[in-house]
Amino acid sequence: MLSRWLNNRNVLGLIFMLPAAALLLTFLTYPLGLGVWLGFTDAKIGRAGHWIGLENYQFLATDPVALLSLFNTVFYTVVASVFKFALGLWLAILLNEKLPFKAVLRAVVLLPWIVPTALSALAFWWMYDAQFSVISWVLVRLGLIHRYIDFLGDPWLARGSTIVANIWRGVPFVAISLLAGLQTISPSLYEAAAIDGATALQRFRYITLPLLTPIIAVVMTFSVLFTFTDFQLIYVLTRGGPLNATHLMATLAYQRAIPGGSLGEGAALSTAMVPFLLAAILFSYFGLQRRGWQQGGDK
Amino acid sequence: MKKLTRRKFLMTSAGVAAASALGHPVHAAPAGTPLRYPPETGAKLRVLRWKRFVQGDEDLWLANTRKFTDQTGIEVRIDNEGWEDVRPKAAVAANVGSGPDIILGWFDDPHQYPDKLVDLTDLADYLGSKYGGWYDVCRNYGTRQGRWISIPLGIIGNALVYRDSHLKAAGFETMPRDTGGFLKLCQALQAKGTPAGFALGKAVGDANNWAHWLVWSHGGKMVDDQGNVVINSPETWAALEYAKQLYATFIPGTLSWQDPSNNKAFLDGQISLTANGISIYYAAKNSPEAALQDMARDIQHARFPIGPVGKPTELMQITQMMLFKYSKYPNAAKSYIQFMMEAGQYNPWMEAAIGYVSQPLKAYEANPVWTADPKATPYRDGGSIMLEHGYSGPLGYSSAAVMADYVMVDMVAEAATGAKTPKEAAQRAAQRAERYYKV
Repeated sequence: MLSRWLNNRNVLGLIFMLPAAALLLTFLTYPLGLGVWLGFTDAKIGRAGHWIGLENYQFLATDPVALLSLFNTVFYTVVASVFKFALGLWLAILLNEKLPFKAVLRAVVLLPWIVPTALSALAFWWMYDAQFSVISWVLVRLGLIHRYIDFLGDPWLARGSTIVANIWRGVPFVAISLLAGLQTISPSLYEAAAIDGATALQRFRYITLPLLTPIIAVVMTFSVLFTFTDFQLIYVLTRGGPLNATHLMATLAYQRAIPGGSLGEGAALSTAMVPFLLAAILFSYFGLQRRGWQQGGDK
Repeated sequence: MKKLTRRKFLMTSAGVAAASALGHPVHAAPAGTPLRYPPETGAKLRVLRWKRFVQGDEDLWLANTRKFTDQTGIEVRIDNEGWEDVRPKAAVAANVGSGPDIILGWFDDPHQYPDKLVDLTDLADYLGSKYGGWYDVCRNYGTRQGRWISIPLGIIGNALVYRDSHLKAAGFETMPRDTGGFLKLCQALQAKGTPAGFALGKAVGDANNWAHWLVWSHGGKMVDDQGNVVINSPETWAALEYAKQLYATFIPGTLSWQDPSNNKAFLDGQISLTANGISIYYAAKNSPEAALQDMARDIQHARFPIGPVGKPTELMQITQMMLFKYSKYPNAAKSYIQFMMEAGQYNPWMEAAIGYVSQPLKAYEANPVWTADPKATPYRDGGSIMLEHGYSGPLGYSSAAVMADYVMVDMVAEAATGAKTPKEAAQRAAQRAERYYKV
């Protein structure tokens, strides 16, 4: 009986999948489910909560700080992602050209992404410091400005500064991934286009871009997810200041849930990020990936 | 290491019972500090404390702990955590019902899970009567409904730090004692190019300390005695108007300052007045650089000025020892707490902490650390002048959440920078606080 079962492909498949399923359930589904559930309770750290329905969400919808953090998060994600895409694509195309020391260059480009965020954030913290910024120091020495730039002290400057740091960190991931995509494009296509007399721009527009789209979709989805859920960079640079101008939903959720003890509210704030993340994934899935021609059909 | 045999233990326990019936302190141990609580046989303790700010603190804490182990045979393991990480750890331990026997927590931690803590009233009364009594603020932090739920260990002092020569250059002989004079001083310092700077970013310690002082000094407060939110008041508006004038004299950039920022700016000579623990002074004094040693000689400390309310209104960080009910060895833990708070251990420890930590018990004011270097003296008085951060309401989840969410700091920052009018800022703060104080 047992041996017959063990010879059954379906049963065997199920058994082989069990460990992976168990891992996923324990470490992914359970915490996620718990987080969502906590969002519907008034749990505090050190005290189990009671079911309060949508109260946390109702409060967050009227809380100016939470709404500001939502705006900040969307702004941060959109601006940083656009720049990361443009710069990443540009860098990938450059690296795809015949360059001296190509391997070394590619390794160097990856550095910002490899360095632990906490570390590079600290470097940016010094560069943006109100009193010790090396950028301000150089500009003052050159006589271009007369007082130090308040990188992290002015709400809009702080948003810009944190976004720049995020872009610096995120570009290599986009660039290297797109570079991998570029290298899968057959050179014969470019040769054919060259014979037809296509210009460089036309080659990019009609060959590179369409063939790169699936990779772009995946890479940018990941990039948007990373950016939307960014925490470390903000936590080191500003902790959400000045005047909560750089508080992202992730940092605000942490501030409320852990030091503040309002676990339920923090969980609700984190859960509120899920629809946005889902939207980003669905957009890339339907908008970018499922083109007819990619599935073998005519346009 | 001595081993406590069962027979010996029974004997001492009997002695304890007899002696406590007579109401005398008990000499349970043969030598050293007499302990009031006969430890359980085979007791072992785990203590979680915040990571030291200064090496001497940790060295002496460990040395005292070793003394305790030598005297009682109880093994004690000490774990360290970053000071901001102790809070969530303690709360989780309370919730889960297992973890370190004793945790050195912060502020109103014990009030968030009072029913998970061992009643320490007897120990607190004993220490209080032996060492000149607890300061009022320590009693407020340590007790709930008349029962002690934690033993205040110390206060991380906070005071004005300034350059004496710059103060004199600005036309002031001493630090003004009132908020009006203080504003004039800041204006004069700015005119001389040696400005003041107080953190208005997300600086857990520095920003909260001075923002609370500012609002309280003018009579504003987050909640009244019953915990009703009363921050949106004319007193708060006046405080915020004052903040606006004060902020205009600061060095640029304080809106982005975190806890270390004012230390760095002061030691670099960019600001001449700020509020901080004693760390700036020691960083300068112990520096190998001659310029910084010169600065150390120029550094002076003073209390915050007194505002229209006419009494000191300062906020500092208070740390408390909590004993959890899940502990298997509550008597051993009580003994440990008692041991660490007794003069034989507490005084050398506070001395080794060179002024970072001040006493919760009045008798320890006499510790030479406060007078050996006169510059340390202002840090002595934390317990006698500070208020609870949830002043004047009850302590608990609400007071903890409101401070952790920077409601007071955000309000002061919004009004000081002109991002909001004082009335708008106060109204917003009231809305945010009401959320947490609504039970």
